Amino acid sequence: MTANSISTVRNGQKVDLANLPLVAFGDFRDAIVSAVKAGARLSALFGVALQEADVQGRHAAPGLGDLRLFAVLAQEAEGMLAVTSTRVGDTYPALTPDCPQAHWFEREIAEQWGVKPEGHPWLKPIRFHHSYRKGRDAWNRPVEIPIQPGVTNFFTMTGDEVHEVAVGPVHAGIIEPGHFRFQCHGEKVYHLEISLGYQHRGVERALIGGPGKRTISYMETLAGDTTIGHTLTYCEAVEALADCRVPARAQALRAIALELERLANHTGDLGALANDIGYLPTASYCGRIRGDFLNLTALICGNRFGRGLIRPGGVLFDLDEARQKQLEERLAEAHKDVTNAVELLWDTSSVRARFENAGPVSREMAVELGLVGVVARASGLGHDVRSQFPSGIYRFAQIPVSSYHTGSVFARAYVRWMEIQRSIAFVFDQLKALPDGPVRSEIGTLAANSAVVSLTEGWRGEICHVALTDAHGRFAHYKIVDPSFHNWMGLALALRNQQISDFPLCNKSFNLSYCGHDL
Amino acid sequence: MINTLLARAQQKHRTIGFPKLPPVLPDRLRGRPAIDAAKCPAGCRICADACPTDAITLGEKGPRLDLGCCLFCPECERACPEGAIRFTTEHRLAASRREELVLGEKEFQLARALDEKTRRIFGRSLKLRQVSAGGCNGCESDVNVLNTVVFDLGRFGVQFVASPRHADGLLITGPVTQNMELALRKTYEAVPSPKLVIAVGACAISGGPYAGHPEQRNGADRVVPVDLYIPGCPPHPITILDGLLRILGRIE
Repeated sequence: MTANSISTVRNGQKVDLANLPLVAFGDFRDAIVSAVKAGARLSALFGVALQEADVQGRHAAPGLGDLRLFAVLAQEAEGMLAVTSTRVGDTYPALTPDCPQAHWFEREIAEQWGVKPEGHPWLKPIRFHHSYRKGRDAWNRPVEIPIQPGVTNFFTMTGDEVHEVAVGPVHAGIIEPGHFRFQCHGEKVYHLEISLGYQHRGVERALIGGPGKRTISYMETLAGDTTIGHTLTYCEAVEALADCRVPARAQALRAIALELERLANHTGDLGALANDIGYLPTASYCGRIRGDFLNLTALICGNRFGRGLIRPGGVLFDLDEARQKQLEERLAEAHKDVTNAVELLWDTSSVRARFENAGPVSREMAVELGLVGVVARASGLGHDVRSQFPSGIYRFAQIPVSSYHTGSVFARAYVRWMEIQRSIAFVFDQLKALPDGPVRSEIGTLAANSAVVSLTEGWRGEICHVALTDAHGRFAHYKIVDPSFHNWMGLALALRNQQISDFPLCNKSFNLSYCGHDL
Repeated sequence: MINTLLARAQQKHRTIGFPKLPPVLPDRLRGRPAIDAAKCPAGCRICADACPTDAITLGEKGPRLDLGCCLFCPECERACPEGAIRFTTEHRLAASRREELVLGEKEFQLARALDEKTRRIFGRSLKLRQVSAGGCNGCESDVNVLNTVVFDLGRFGVQFVASPRHADGLLITGPVTQNMELALRKTYEAVPSPKLVIAVGACAISGGPYAGHPEQRNGADRVVPVDLYIPGCPPHPITILDGLLRILGRIE
């Protein structure tokens, strides 16, 4: 990587768009491929269509295309983010053959902009919508024919007694829609292909030209179970763009809310894992204790998911003394109950027998696919935004990274349990030393022609937002990468050589978001 | 084994007394908004301008608030300098007809029980198929908790089933994305008649924050007929339970 083909920024650092490298495609590709080989991880790779004026304007040069590609690489060892960009036309040589982490991103680019990454081994739509640029389609589909979700050339297997199982979009439980195709021989799964897009509701496109009065509602509903995570990531992005300093008390309250969100979801997941193997005591206790954590968030702001709590500049609700005391007491109760409920899992040999060795993801595979969050940490990796790219109060109050090495359902369950304990300790620490002062500061207008990358460790993993502003300080583009975007392929590969009856268990151990992926 | 039994003792009995006892709700819950139009200065439209989904319009008698569009966010309450609009902790929000969700002109009309004949069929056993059709998974989560020991939905004879063929009706969440429209129609057709449809959450009622996006249909009743509307973003589980028990005639 050469110094001028890439620039390094901090999490939440505003940069002038003009200072971001715009390099020839070959240099862009080489920079990404070599950085990933050296241990960086692709956090985001996305396209932004250039306006006619830009194509003709100061960057005009023969042979340059009208789509600008941006890449954000997480360099965990340095705690810095590397950013670069290039321009492409209707086709370009795909990065995926040399950098598998890019595979889902390049499918997204192809679908959104009608650009073909040539040599991509698995080029299919991921959300099933028409291209953002009318008349340009990577698969040459006509504009006038509606696109049917889940209609694509699925991977198939042939042979004696080989059979295919198709599930969804409407599932048996109360869960979001997705389509799953299993290629099986007997009980054994040889391949699982996951086809999403049913929850696609056009959020990214609606964000352009913002922030507007609906922007915060979009952020709170990107993935409803990650309301705090996504809203916090957004607020830190716009606060950077507006040079807004968030009061210390607000930063602490935000982190408390983020950890309560993690506690509720991890507890719910452990209960759901117990349910999927028919171990009902923990299933029923954790189902209830999850609600106890959600109710703590509601104690702070009135909503169990934290809607209305986080706003640019700070938070809208403060804790008075009595409320803080109640929060501490109820958290201590929930701590006792969750410890009791979850330790049953580790003490029960039939539970361990079902968790251990199920749905393995090796460390190498996790690196190659660029997995994030609990899933990555359960495969022995140390990725955790709170530790490597801390923002807000996490710069001052560290949480140890919880990881385990086996990559199995057990590891993903156990990492959740370790994180539950550490999050509870963190929330108690924060409550003990809650800074005084206001909980919100005024936020001004956003800087024009600027960019910012904002990362947060949501309960599923790394949440990445990239905001680019235009000459008026409005969003020219707003990119959202939910952790699920990285991890869905991990689930598909974890199922290989597993029993199809273990799918619910493996699926729950990932517990990925459909709406956060589909946007 | 002994550990399992000891744990059972520690975890206690947790099922709430609702509906016999009043529900325990957070004191900051944003439930049904109350509008005091007498406080509104002439021509003021600050609340309407602050509302992200344009749930508030200004009529002759002052602001009208459509609970079907409302995200129960704090914006209008914060914006109003007169204190004319405020959220109460009133959790009862369900209505039988779409137009009955509009506050500000008439007395709010809560959902009515199904007619005698339908109640004879469903009153003691109602099986529902849930369809998630877009949205954010918030409503799904708070519908799901009705199955926990806290709410214990089964004690009312209501149960979520795995197939529309086994169901008496659908509970729909999400604005109905273009990509889910066909699946929703097919699921509806697969439910044997007579059947009920329940729309839960702002998305399923009006499109919610996505209202107007070309990628979705602005709510379930544009695609299938709806018998019960439960507003919220997401509605509190008690609000959902209240709505279900109301149409079954278990709460009056």
